[in-house]
Amino acid sequence: MSGYFKELIGGTKSLFIGLGITAKYFMEPVVTMQYPHEHVEMPPRFRGHIELIPNEETGEPKCVACGMCQKGCPSGCISLAGEKREGVKGKVVTKYILNFTTCSLCGQCVESCKFGALRFSKDFNLASPRKEDFIFDLIKRLKEKN
Amino acid sequence: MPEPFRVILFIIFAMAFAGLNAAYLVWCERKGAAHIQRRIGPKEVGPYGLLQPIADGIKLMTKQLFLPKGTDPILFMVAPLMVMVPAIMSFCVIPFSETFVAREINLGLLLIFAFASVNVLGLLLGAWGSANKYAVIAAARTVSQNVAYEIPMLITVITMVMVTNTMNLNEIVRSQAGWFFNWHIFRLDISLLMPVSFLIFFVCSLAETNRAPFDMAEAESELIAGVYTEYPGMGFGVFFMGEYANIVIGAALAVVLFLGGWQSPIPFNPGGFLGVFWGLFWFLLKLYTLIFTVIWIRWTYPRTQFYELLNLSWKVLIPISLFNLILTALQIKIFPWL
Repeated sequence: MSGYFKELIGGTKSLFIGLGITAKYFMEPVVTMQYPHEHVEMPPRFRGHIELIPNEETGEPKCVACGMCQKGCPSGCISLAGEKREGVKGKVVTKYILNFTTCSLCGQCVESCKFGALRFSKDFNLASPRKEDFIFDLIKRLKEKN
Repeated sequence: MPEPFRVILFIIFAMAFAGLNAAYLVWCERKGAAHIQRRIGPKEVGPYGLLQPIADGIKLMTKQLFLPKGTDPILFMVAPLMVMVPAIMSFCVIPFSETFVAREINLGLLLIFAFASVNVLGLLLGAWGSANKYAVIAAARTVSQNVAYEIPMLITVITMVMVTNTMNLNEIVRSQAGWFFNWHIFRLDISLLMPVSFLIFFVCSLAETNRAPFDMAEAESELIAGVYTEYPGMGFGVFFMGEYANIVIGAALAVVLFLGGWQSPIPFNPGGFLGVFWGLFWFLLKLYTLIFTVIWIRWTYPRTQFYELLNLSWKVLIPISLFNLILTALQIKIFPWL
């Protein structure tokens, strides 16, 4: 009989303790992120698709179109072209297309670039129902960013 | 006021009150759940998600009312109404303030319990009519749960009727006039176990309205959606509205019986225009505090196991409420001047 009352009182008490815990949580600030309206800051080593690094002074891509990234890419998803211009040392890149549908984000292109002209972007919001949306023109992208 | 006019006013008020409560209690429920889990909850539709219930309503109403194969069409269609209509009818005798009550009936308390017992019948018929094994299992559970919890609830109510000597809800409220310590929950001189009987009444009203942690009627993790499994669109919507209307009735009854109804905690009335709404304000404040507690409880406790649920009623609530009945009777007999 004493066990019955002990359990009864203990149980009732524990119920109120439970209510206290949820009440405390009710008052505390929200911890969720409102995703489509705000994003998390991507960590520095996050691997998005690659992007061209602009020259800090001119804003033009640092790339000299040597083609090492194209050669190093195991999936063959980079195609680029360059031309020689008056007064500019080395070649100037005129076309840099990344086919992201086959890219495996291995980073061989970034590794093989001797001019420090490539890096991983922080873009991750890339869902699309169309295949064409994943063929990126990186020069155009850089211009839009500038 | 002429009689037909009064009836129409009551119908409009009761329907609007039940509908608005159902809609916005869902909003409160989702917001409350969200904040307890440290989320925000609905926020996209309108400011603070306030238009969310309307969006939900439109979505439910545009759905096809589909009758699955093998259902009993009449029972299937009538069952949601049998949950909704008694709840609306019960608003007839609830005293929102001293004057703001549709009908002051001598047997108001009895009327509410008579209507409340139709609720479980509606759930049973709906489940039977939808010819679904999960629904029938849920209905069987709901019936035994409601039978089990009606007993301690009614014993507690009998205790209160013994104390107040009337079943007229407005009279019960009037007998708690004055300071807040005149409310029945604080009247230890009438019965030493008054707070306990409030607790018993509150727990039973949770179980009677099939609310978590006693939501055996729905039990979505075990029985799909329990009784509501086969109900599409507004069929489900009406069940849902009925459930929330029943919660409001249960809370209103707890307020009237134990928390002094429309009495303010201090004997003060501003009078004049404000005085008209003074009682209403206190009643609604107490009512929504209790309803918030109901929501709070839902997001605190997990669903009880079924045999634990019956154990709680038969082994704890019924013995204690019977003891309380005897104790109150003795106290009233020994100290008749109180």
